[in-house]
Amino acid sequence: MTAAERPILPKLVGERIKRREDPRLITGHATYVDDLKLPGLLHLAFKRSDSAHGVIKNIDTSAAEQMPGVELVMTGKQLAEILGPMPIGTPFPSPDHYAIATDRVRYVGEPVAVVVAADRYLARDAADAIEVDIEELPAVVDPEKAMQGEPAAVHEGFENNLAVPYVPGGTGVDPATMEVDNSALDKAFAEADVNISQRMTNQRLAPNAMEPRGVVAHWEPGKEQITIWSGTQNPHILKTMIAAQLGVGQHQVRAIAPEVGGGFGCKINIYGEEYTAAAISRKLGAPVKWIEDRSEAFMATTHGRDILAYVDLAAKRDGTVTALKLRLIADVGAYNMLLTAAVPTLTMLMLNGTYDIPVVRAELTEVFTNKTPTDAYRGAGRPEATYFVERAFDMLAHELGMDPADVRRKNFIKKDAFPYTTQMGAIYDSGDYETALDRALQNAGWEQLKQERDQARAEGRIVGLGLAYYVEVCGLGPSASLPTGGWEHAGVTIERDGRITATTGSSPHGQGNETTFAQMLAEQFGVAFDDVTILHGDTGVVKQGIGTFGSRSQAVGGTVLMNAGEKVKKKMAKFAAAMLDANEDDLVFENGMISVKGSPGSGKTFAEVASFAYVPVPLPPGVEPGLSDEAFWEPENNTYPFGCHIVMMEIDRETGEPRLTKVVAVDDAGTIINPMIVDGQIHGGLAQGIGQAMIEEVVYDEDGQLVTGSFMDYAIPRADDLPWFEMDNTVTTTPVNPMGAKGVGEAGTLGSTPAVVNAAVDALSPFGVKHVDMMLRPEKLWRLMQGGGA
Amino acid sequence: MSEKATVSITVNGKVHEEEVEPRLLLVHFLREHLGLTGTHVGCDTSQCGACTVHIDGASAKSCTVFAAQADGSEVTTIEGVGSQDNLHPMQEGFWEEHGLQCGYCTPGMIMSAINLLNENPKPTEKEIREGIAGNLCRCTGYQHIVKAVQYAAEKGVVR
Amino acid sequence: MIPTEFDYKRATSLDEAIQLLSSSSEAKLLAGGHSLIPLMKLRLSEPETLVDIGRIPDIKGIREREGKIGIGAGTTHHEVETSDLLREKAPVVADCAGEIGDPQVRNRGTLGGSLAHADPAADYPAVMLAIDAEFHIKGGNGWRTVKASDFFQDMFTVDLADDEIIVNAMFDPIQSASYAKLHQRASHYAIIGVAAALGVENGLIQWARLGLTGAIGYAVRMPNVEEALIGKQPEQDTIDAAAGIAGDGLEDINSDLHASAEYRRAMIKVFTRRALEGAVARL
Repeated sequence: MTAAERPILPKLVGERIKRREDPRLITGHATYVDDLKLPGLLHLAFKRSDSAHGVIKNIDTSAAEQMPGVELVMTGKQLAEILGPMPIGTPFPSPDHYAIATDRVRYVGEPVAVVVAADRYLARDAADAIEVDIEELPAVVDPEKAMQGEPAAVHEGFENNLAVPYVPGGTGVDPATMEVDNSALDKAFAEADVNISQRMTNQRLAPNAMEPRGVVAHWEPGKEQITIWSGTQNPHILKTMIAAQLGVGQHQVRAIAPEVGGGFGCKINIYGEEYTAAAISRKLGAPVKWIEDRSEAFMATTHGRDILAYVDLAAKRDGTVTALKLRLIADVGAYNMLLTAAVPTLTMLMLNGTYDIPVVRAELTEVFTNKTPTDAYRGAGRPEATYFVERAFDMLAHELGMDPADVRRKNFIKKDAFPYTTQMGAIYDSGDYETALDRALQNAGWEQLKQERDQARAEGRIVGLGLAYYVEVCGLGPSASLPTGGWEHAGVTIERDGRITATTGSSPHGQGNETTFAQMLAEQFGVAFDDVTILHGDTGVVKQGIGTFGSRSQAVGGTVLMNAGEKVKKKMAKFAAAMLDANEDDLVFENGMISVKGSPGSGKTFAEVASFAYVPVPLPPGVEPGLSDEAFWEPENNTYPFGCHIVMMEIDRETGEPRLTKVVAVDDAGTIINPMIVDGQIHGGLAQGIGQAMIEEVVYDEDGQLVTGSFMDYAIPRADDLPWFEMDNTVTTTPVNPMGAKGVGEAGTLGSTPAVVNAAVDALSPFGVKHVDMMLRPEKLWRLMQGGGA
Repeated sequence: MSEKATVSITVNGKVHEEEVEPRLLLVHFLREHLGLTGTHVGCDTSQCGACTVHIDGASAKSCTVFAAQADGSEVTTIEGVGSQDNLHPMQEGFWEEHGLQCGYCTPGMIMSAINLLNENPKPTEKEIREGIAGNLCRCTGYQHIVKAVQYAAEKGVVR
Repeated sequence: MIPTEFDYKRATSLDEAIQLLSSSSEAKLLAGGHSLIPLMKLRLSEPETLVDIGRIPDIKGIREREGKIGIGAGTTHHEVETSDLLREKAPVVADCAGEIGDPQVRNRGTLGGSLAHADPAADYPAVMLAIDAEFHIKGGNGWRTVKASDFFQDMFTVDLADDEIIVNAMFDPIQSASYAKLHQRASHYAIIGVAAALGVENGLIQWARLGLTGAIGYAVRMPNVEEALIGKQPEQDTIDAAAGIAGDGLEDINSDLHASAEYRRAMIKVFTRRALEGAVARL
């Protein structure tokens, strides 16, 4: 084919390109952890505590050891001889936390022993045959009582169960000394026309990625290397931590995230089961597998959210908000996991919302209780902030009789005020909040919806409208803000046949980076989409990386990929220049050709240049053979995407059952690589945000027993729970990265949750209701309509 | 040890005769014995539907069926629905409409969606949502799945 | 996720099933398995023997004979939901089946399994009470017939001996009956389910039967509501008055995470009214 005959390649970035990942997934050929088989594979099962809090008096493993197929049974004490307490990723003081409890249990589901057997059925049988004698201690369930030291101490050395005793932030707080000056705060509240004061909870949730956690660990004696496959969001962190825990070099560990069935934050943490599997594989010199059951996951996989706030807001009569103060109490459960202590600090960081509030103050306390530990869950700290702020703004609107949209508009940070430094210390990169608000109002038909609501009310129906605005901190880095490192890594190789193979330290589990990253690289090099392959999730293939969380793949992983690509492209230009006898600066890469600007027919094909680069005769002066390079990059700042979600709700007057009749979302994630994938990300976030508002809640009873221990009692949205989502977006690019992309993985969960609750409160306002805590259990709403209080 | 049961189960058109423990769940028979790992396990209380297959033409949660019960039955799994070179219209719909993200619920979801169209070739949006109510997806918010089923319905999927 | 071991026996006939039940200790019947297997996977049920009756033709199918409708105990919820005969002759039964679980559960779960398991929040029992079904049961001592109103005795407890099998449920065709249910959003069992059936002649309610599930440990009739309806015109006022006393006097109302006893009490009235309205609409 001559150059002139070559097809003109379609534009890729910004297009709805079908996903590269899908063929294997829709035909059942993808390989998740549980699909792996290795010769001699043994299976682990954990015996877990039925008690929330107690002292282990005795563990009788004798019956289990006698059972057929059982290779090994280990208690926590025995395991502790080969495995130390687990590391965490935050700088706060933390109690020792062993993979398997050694002397005391602190939540229902905490492992007390592990069985290794020939198959999973036998392993389960043997685990059930272990007898555990636990002397019960009072269960610490209520975080506010726990803060008074009641009814017991979860950990020795942590007075009043304070995991993080007191962190102040915002106006009047010196970040260096933590000294607090209340003068501005006191003045604002003293001079306010209106004060809003409300205790609000952001309840505990179970992440429930559809693939439960799982791990296969394979220590190879002689080679002295371990390969660990895990359903993780960050294989490089897994590798680092496994090496540290096993006391081996990082060169001895290869971590692989195979196909991963969703994460939502709960697969960031490196768990005790992963360390246990690795240690036991080394001890036995055999491969071992552990796969979590769902009912196990409800106890053993980190929970999300669970933070309550005493919110005070000061405003002028015209709706100008003059101060916001929050006292935050996070119930972190029984232990600090990788990022547990850090998640509520993200709530603090985002308390300015999208508003130019001159005085914002937060005080954070984190409390241990006898519950499953919390950690990141989709949004991780930011949905909590958005919820508190957006509920308070709605309460203000209600108090003043203003349209909720107007109150927000009045206080928005103006378009020309960016970069904007908030009272909490965040530097918002860019924003155009009014445009997205206007778009959302217009798409929803806000004025007409208000009429419909009023009409319905006149008919005696219980109908409400809810609006919420969010801003999120995304593109997590730089390293100063992330103990794991806030960068990302990428490698780009032009193969000898001219195809491109790239590696990324991002580790997708549904986000579609094999597709979006290929779109970007193909466009960068002017080659066909099908000629680009993205590899990820294997530390044996991807040299370095951090991983996928905090909506960082596109903003950080995407940027570094382009940077690596640019390095290779420059080098490739040198080879092409030599072949074409041209100046490298005069070359264009398009339609699979590298040509001299202005004479598109004159060039060399990509494959020709690649081939030459690997057998460069003669080697152009000052150039090494080959076409492969890598890059590290970390952003100087985070990105701050934003958006507006509007919902309409009708509540059954007799039963209290809420039903959404409209969901409108306008999101601004900056530059979009693949709008189809972005829509999908937001849809999923909306569903989870709506789930939190309406049907999801982890409940413990007063003895610390987990009441919502399976899908029989913990609902996640089904298809028939949700209405059609009406989607739109605005584009405000970020100056933080050259693509201008901000990130979108968590956005949907931010606006939808408060929008739904705002709608519920609006619907119930004729009953004098000013606030209702999540979840919107029908009985709760019914009681409010009976005038009985929730 | 309980006595084993001999089963003969036709899976994706191929007869498999095996001795199984009575307590062996069909999903483990498919995954562990036959290596058909496209069928997944997402819960243990019969809610999530990740394990959905067709037994004698009707969708069923294979985690809630003993292999012994399926003796003599014809089972179709995702691997028997269509191949990469010859996708079933429902698979095509999921690909075209971005009906999946992490893909874990997808095989079960596709099996349920096919079952739906077999019974109701032109479902409304509401009927689609009810038809896949036995399958939980945590990624997509279901909207693109609804579109995928509509795509397949448009193409005429019954088989 | 993994049940304990058990002996598996498959019966090819009703008599063989009864014989297997009699000769095995701690035996349970396995039909669709959708009540039993989830419990076994969580090890909340550990039977020593399962007798599989899933292939016995005598206990499957929906037939009309001598003016009565019979549903074989082994008939799936889906077969009930989609039965033309039931849609025409007893639509409340088909409606009820369509409210159970989800499509896959309905494809496997059976009428007999649901009735014998007698979950306090199961749907069928309420409807069986309202349509005054009688269950034909066969056991070591031969056949007997139990009325639905005598069958449900306590939580997970029914009038069924260890060696007995429900063969079918028989009832008269009925149009003017309806089932109304408040869904528990996770399990989709009933928080409260009410089935109402009415007989109207000469413009007056001649008889009424109300079946209630989810409220206490087992499904019950609501005789006070029934009495309040008899002799009245099937009008909204009648319905409202009767529904207004639904559940009154009922003790030991269930209370759990999803609904307190007080809320359930209120919902009994709401769903009684809705079921009655549905029944009247079919007059």
